[in-house]
Amino acid sequence: MRSLGPVLVVVAAIVALWYAACVPMNIHTAVTDAERAGVAVSPDGAAVRRDIGALRLALGNTHVWGDTFAQEKPRLPAPHQVAAELWDTVAMKKVSSKRSLVYHGWITLSATLVGFAIGTVAGVLLAVGIVHSRAMDMSVMPWAIASQTIPILAIAPMIIVVLNSVGVQGLVPKAIISAYLSFFPVVVGMVKGLRSPSPMDLDLMRTWSASRGQTFRKLRLPASVPYLFASLKIGIAASLVGAIVGELPTGAVRGLGARLLTGSYYGQTIQIWSALFATAILAAGLVALISALERATLARMGVGR
Amino acid sequence: MSLFLVLFALLLWALAWWVNVRIANGPAAGTRAARLGVPAIFGLTLLVMWELVVRGLGVPLVILPPPSLIAERFAGSLPILWADFMQTVVKGALSGYAIGCLAAFGTAILVDRSDFLRRGLMPVGSFVAALPIVGTAPILVMWYGFDWQSKAAVVVVMVFFPMLVNITAGLQETSAMQRDQMKTWAASYWQGFWKLRLPAAMPFIFNGLKISSTLALIGAIVAEFFGSPIVGMGFRISTSVGQLALDMVWAEIAVAAIAGSAFYGVVAFIERKVTFWHPSQRG
Repeated sequence: MRSLGPVLVVVAAIVALWYAACVPMNIHTAVTDAERAGVAVSPDGAAVRRDIGALRLALGNTHVWGDTFAQEKPRLPAPHQVAAELWDTVAMKKVSSKRSLVYHGWITLSATLVGFAIGTVAGVLLAVGIVHSRAMDMSVMPWAIASQTIPILAIAPMIIVVLNSVGVQGLVPKAIISAYLSFFPVVVGMVKGLRSPSPMDLDLMRTWSASRGQTFRKLRLPASVPYLFASLKIGIAASLVGAIVGELPTGAVRGLGARLLTGSYYGQTIQIWSALFATAILAAGLVALISALERATLARMGVGR
Repeated sequence: MSLFLVLFALLLWALAWWVNVRIANGPAAGTRAARLGVPAIFGLTLLVMWELVVRGLGVPLVILPPPSLIAERFAGSLPILWADFMQTVVKGALSGYAIGCLAAFGTAILVDRSDFLRRGLMPVGSFVAALPIVGTAPILVMWYGFDWQSKAAVVVVMVFFPMLVNITAGLQETSAMQRDQMKTWAASYWQGFWKLRLPAAMPFIFNGLKISSTLALIGAIVAEFFGSPIVGMGFRISTSVGQLALDMVWAEIAVAAIAGSAFYGVVAFIERKVTFWHPSQRG
C-alpha cells in the first residue's frame, strides 16, 4: 500500500501526457475543421499547413485546442472519448448486440478459455511423462524449450484458413491457437516444478519405501504447484493474444481482434482504442484471477507468502 | 501402396523410439552426443513421418504439404525469403529491439535514482508487461505508415516494459553490504553503477533480452497483418495463406524459426561471455 500514492501519481502523469499529446496529434484536422466552420486560423489553406510542424501549428492556434479532444476520427482519441466509448459499448448496449463489447469480448474469451484449458491439461500430462521417462525427456524437452524462442504465433493464420477449408470455423480454430501458445510455457514450467524436490526429499520418500505413484502424489505434485501457477499466468496471457490474432486472417466479424481489424480498416480510432482497452482489462482480469487462485491454493497448502 | 507408407511411418516411429529409449537408458546417456542425438533422432523421425503420412494418405496440398515440397519451395525462393527477412527481421524487429532496449535502459536508470518513481512506475510497468500489447499494432500502423517504421514502433512498445521491469529488478540485486562497501571507498553513484550494480544486474538484463528477442519477432510479424508494403514475412504469410500456397507459408515459418532461434542463440552466447561469473553459467 506504500506504493499506492506513487502509482496514482504515475497514472495521473500518463493521462496528462496523453491529453497533451492529443493536441499536436490532432491539430491538423482540428484546424481544417475550424477553417471550414469559418473560424480564423493562423496560416490559411490546408496545402500551406501540411508542411508546418504539428507543434508550431498547435502554438499558433491555441483557440482550436478544445476541438482536438472532441473529433470523430482523431489520430489520437482523448482518454475521456475512449472511456465514453467503452462505457457506451459495454454498459449501454444489449449484451447480444453486435455493437456490444461484452458480446465481442465473450467471443474472444470463450476461445481463450477453451484453448487455455486444453493447452494446460496437455502440457501437464506431457510434463508428467517427461519427468517419468528419460527417453521422452531427452527427445521432447529440447524441442519444447526451442519452441519458446521462435515466433510460433506466425502459424496462426494458416491454422485458421486450413481448418476453415475443411469446414471447421468459429471457436475451435482460435482455441487450437490458444492451446498451443499456452502449451509450451506450461510444459517447461511444470517440468521444472516436478523436478524441484531436492534429492534429500526424494531420498526421504525412499526410506519410507514410497512407490513412484506415492512420491508423485505426495511430493512432486505439491512441490510443482507454485511453478504451475507461474506458467499459468504466462499461458493465459499468451492464450488471449492467440485468440485475438486468430481473429485477424479471415477478416472475422466477431471478437475483439475483429474489432481491432475493422477499426483499422475504417479509421475508427476510438473503436480501436476501446477494443484495445477491453483486451487489456480482460488480460488483467484473467491474470488477477489466476493470482487470486494461486494465493488461495498456496495458503491452503501452507506455503503462502 | 499408400497404406504401406503409413504403416512404414508407424514402424519407423516404433524403431526410432526404441533406439531413443536404448540410448537414454544406456551407459552413454550423459554424453554430449546423446544429448544432441536423441532430440535430433526424434525431430528427424517426426519429419519423415510427416512426409510419409501426407504422401500415404494423399493429404491435399492446401491442407498440409509434405516437408520435401516445403524444402523445395524454400530453396527455390531464396531471394524472396531473403527480402522478407531483411524487411521484417532486420529493419522491423532488430531496429525496434535496439531502440526499445536502449529506451528501457535509460528509463531504468531514471527509475533507479528515484525511489518514488520506482514505487510508482514498477507496478504500472509489470501490469503493462502482462497485457496483449500486440493490439497496439493497428494504431501504430496508422501513425507510422505501412513500412518498417511502424513495425519497429510496435516492437519498441512490446519490448520496453519487460526490459524495464527486468533491468530495474536487476539493479536492485546488490546487497546493502556491497553498496556500503562501495560507499566506504567513496565511490560516486556512477562508479558504483558501472563497477558493482550493472554487472550484478546482467543476469536479469539478459533474461529480459532473451524474452524480448522472441517478442520482437512476434511483434514485427503480427504488425504486418494490419498493413504492410508488398514485402515482409507477415505479409507473405497472410497473402500466401489467402492463395492457399501453403508450401510458401511453411517456408516462411521455417525462416521465422531459424531467425528466432539464431537471435536467441546470439543473445545467449553474449550472455555467456558477459556473465561468465554467474553460477548458472559456470556448470
